[in-house]
Amino acid sequence: MNTFSSSAETAFSLITSFDPMLAGIVARSLAVSAFACVIASGVGLLLGAWLGVSRFKGRGVVLALLNTALALPSVVVGLVVYLLLSRSGPLGYLGWLFSFKAMVLAQSVLVLPVVTALVRQTIEDAERNHGEQFQSLGAGRFVRGLILLWDERYALLTVLIAAFGRAISEVGAVMVVGGNIDGYTRVMTTSIALETSKGDLPLALALGIVLLGVVLLLNTVIALLRRWREQLDDAAPLVLVHTHRAAL
Amino acid sequence: MKDAVFDLRAVGVRFGRVNALTNCTLRIRAGERVGLVGSNGSGKSTLLRTLHGLVRPSSGHFEVNAEARQAMLFQRPYMLRASVLHNVALGLLLRGTPWAEAKVQARDALERVGLQDALQRNAKALSGGQQQRVALARAWACRPQVLLLDEPTASLDPTAKREVERLMDEFADSGMTLVFSSHNLGQVKRLASRVIYLEQGALLADLPTHDFFNQPLPDATAAAAAAHFLKGELV
Repeated sequence: MNTFSSSAETAFSLITSFDPMLAGIVARSLAVSAFACVIASGVGLLLGAWLGVSRFKGRGVVLALLNTALALPSVVVGLVVYLLLSRSGPLGYLGWLFSFKAMVLAQSVLVLPVVTALVRQTIEDAERNHGEQFQSLGAGRFVRGLILLWDERYALLTVLIAAFGRAISEVGAVMVVGGNIDGYTRVMTTSIALETSKGDLPLALALGIVLLGVVLLLNTVIALLRRWREQLDDAAPLVLVHTHRAAL
Repeated sequence: MKDAVFDLRAVGVRFGRVNALTNCTLRIRAGERVGLVGSNGSGKSTLLRTLHGLVRPSSGHFEVNAEARQAMLFQRPYMLRASVLHNVALGLLLRGTPWAEAKVQARDALERVGLQDALQRNAKALSGGQQQRVALARAWACRPQVLLLDEPTASLDPTAKREVERLMDEFADSGMTLVFSSHNLGQVKRLASRVIYLEQGALLADLPTHDFFNQPLPDATAAAAAAHFLKGELV
């Protein structure tokens, strides 16, 4: 109990004192995960929409692999990206290893299946229910996917929240490809791991509390944004009291 | 084909092991008002979807007049989370009309169905009847020569039902070919000049409306099924 109360105290003092070290780590964590989410969403939204409306031989296998990728251990992703970016790897010439870019790349790879799989499911359900109506209007498969993607934009915000949650909370990938270099690639999760290994449990837990607080704040903002937009869209039904009889 | 819009000969549609439509032969001419009746699962929707090209026949011969522009209205029209105007304009855009021109035409179509005051409203927030009118505007905006409607007034209140019926009637009067399915036999009597009766995927009767409702069907099996079906409506 002492650990928890002193951790909460430490967390509170870290936040209220605007500790520059903490601010840097939080900003870096948010930046890495935000960039990764933007990249993964850019690819995953389109890929998921396409998978949601397309029908091709072997689609079942692709979906099975995609769903399996949801369970990808972050450390494995880190390892694969490490091998790709290492000096002898195919992308070694980029010189990204142990950098911000490497962490973004690793988190993008980690988050891509989450975005793709959840978008695919959302779009497939919408396509099953309404696809024929768009087909009737002359929309081809890919156009249907794009229309449904746009129409399900509020539902897809939840997907983005899930993706961001997955990105910001993972430690394995950024630890392997970032190296947890102080002031350079150290993010919240790697800091927590480091402080835990050093035995500074209150500080580690305090960082955990800050991490949760940041995620909670973001989720709240997105949820409020979503609610506001939906309320704006779903205003009270219009009552029309007259009809028009124009000639054909 | 000549004056026929649709020509079906022994058309069958299978979904897996289910025969949704069996040995269906019919010809629909331009300007006809055809009402499809039958129990749930009798094949009405499948027939409409086949005519519209959404379902490919598994057997038989199907010909459609490619020059006759078609539009289809569904029982529950899907409204995008967008304004009424954009919902209608999208239909035109998908058929190749430039966006600016599509919006002008959509405005006309919405005026046509009496929704000129609702252009900027979110279509999802409209009532069922109003949404069906938006869907009618969306269909009408494409200037179709053939309008297919799948239970267009199901689950609408009497006022909305009357309004949709009025529009269907006006569309048909303008020369549009109307093919619609309905469980409302009164509506079929009011709007259709010809009734096609389906049961379990089979076409049991294809008669002028007056004959269907007032004369015994020539085929004994069809007559028994129709009597049972019509009794359900009258009880």
